[in-house]
Amino acid sequence: MNLTELSPLERQYAVEQLLARYAQCIDDDRLEQWPDFFVEDCDYRIVSRENAERNLPLATMSCESRGMLIDRVVSLRNANIYERHHYRHLVSSTVLGTVTAASVTARSHYAVFRTRTNGVSEVYSVGSYDDEMCIVDGALKFKRKHVIFDTNRIDSLLVTP
Amino acid sequence: MSRIGAEFSWPDNTTGCEVPFGLFTEQAWFEREQQRIFRGPVWSFVGLAVEVPEPGSFKTTYVGAIPVIVLRDRDGHLQVLENRCAHRGALVCRELRGKQARLSCVYHQWTYDLGGRLLGVPFRAGIDGRGGMPPGFDPARHNLTRLRVAELHGLVFASFCASSPPLTDYLGPMVVASIARLCARPLTVLGDQRQFMHGNWKLYAENTRDPYHASLLHLFHNTFGLYRSTQTGACLMDDSHCHTMLYAKAATSNAKADSEVYKDVRSYDTSFKLEDPSVLAGRAEFDDGITLVILSVFPNLVLQQIANTLAVRQIVTHGVDGFELVWTHFGYADDDDALRAMRLKQANLIGPAGFVSMEDGEAVEIVQRAVREARDARSYIAMGGGRAEDAQHLVTESAIIGFWEAYRKVMGI
Repeated sequence: MNLTELSPLERQYAVEQLLARYAQCIDDDRLEQWPDFFVEDCDYRIVSRENAERNLPLATMSCESRGMLIDRVVSLRNANIYERHHYRHLVSSTVLGTVTAASVTARSHYAVFRTRTNGVSEVYSVGSYDDEMCIVDGALKFKRKHVIFDTNRIDSLLVTP
Repeated sequence: MSRIGAEFSWPDNTTGCEVPFGLFTEQAWFEREQQRIFRGPVWSFVGLAVEVPEPGSFKTTYVGAIPVIVLRDRDGHLQVLENRCAHRGALVCRELRGKQARLSCVYHQWTYDLGGRLLGVPFRAGIDGRGGMPPGFDPARHNLTRLRVAELHGLVFASFCASSPPLTDYLGPMVVASIARLCARPLTVLGDQRQFMHGNWKLYAENTRDPYHASLLHLFHNTFGLYRSTQTGACLMDDSHCHTMLYAKAATSNAKADSEVYKDVRSYDTSFKLEDPSVLAGRAEFDDGITLVILSVFPNLVLQQIANTLAVRQIVTHGVDGFELVWTHFGYADDDDALRAMRLKQANLIGPAGFVSMEDGEAVEIVQRAVREARDARSYIAMGGGRAEDAQHLVTESAIIGFWEAYRKVMGI
């Protein structure tokens, strides 16, 4: 696949499909498959807007390799203690940025609703995705995924990516 | 609502401490804490001096539940002002941070200088001879409330109370030395994290004075040897028992002996391996071999070193059953790039998404939910002997007992 040879509609469709499949993977609790959405030397960060706007580097969660993504999943499955909960992601329409033959940048907005065992659903986090996808073995994967969250007072804890 | 004091039975055990759960759930206690503790003879942590670097720089935060402004005045001195207009009580500063030459309330534009002195009242003399403030109006009697301020190695503390002892006397030599060890070099802020916990703030005060739970609740700590109760360490208090320092030395772990000690414990899992162990590849920074410090300063500060992460955690009380923990991660201004990168990578260990800290929110919340309707029942705290004594080991709850002694004294109960 060469991204510059695709029509704008085809490119848009490819990117939005990746974002939709990504969100469903998390919401379906198929987290063991979640690292497969990323390239090996990925840059995954969850950063508060409060820090991003001050150009401060601290992330709430940061993974500099696919191995670190895997470790997050293994840890939340086996090590960490937290209340069972489910996410639902709603991801906005996406605006594409720079396109090269093998990569594309994209910005989207998201809202995540969290439902805990008491059956109450609440807005857990809203913010934006600043993504760079690239083609690996014919498939689009995330090279960079920066989650910039507006909801800077995290409710209880953040364990699920 | 005001079921205070005598209605609780708080046994005066010679060993073991039993805390009535009503202290965590009743509004009347929360209000009394705001008066006797947060407006009382204590020093509350309000931020790092480096957060307000220049004249006019400010940040807004809280002492207990009371909104305050931390700022640097024109002479470069730190000031802490209650964030409440002297006129009709509105918030004067509505931003988290910023920089301005004076403080002006948006409601009626009463304006104050950076020391909180009232400078101007619009239409004070009226318009065309009508209206205006009465002739006897004295602006000097309508300043913002100024708190006492003290700084120690870049940590800023404030007090509402004229009778608080000098800060270093209040902290005592152990806390002063511990702060000096971690903060004596110029600091640089790496960023903040905010975490809301649905529980009473004192449950977190207990949690950070509790080395007993750390290797049992936090599997990541234990399995990877960041902290084990078998390590060389101690749990020490200042003379007043207000403040506690826990420390441990990771290099003293003995894998073989630990396997035996933890053989039936959920949180010691040798089958758990990291795909990318670089997060644990920290660098030795201190000659004393101490790799973990949790310094709990009454009433609202935790200063911590875990591996190469350095942070202050400020407790903001939002109500009887909720508080916010504001984490400010820092490093040193002269850190090399590799050390700075390691601090940022190891930030994965701490904070609301921290491998070794996220469970504390859960622990606080499951207590709060269980004790809501159990005001007359009591906890039982006795690990380590059941007295408020220093321990040269980590199998103890003695500092929690020390906290409650100090709490009862300041609360007058």
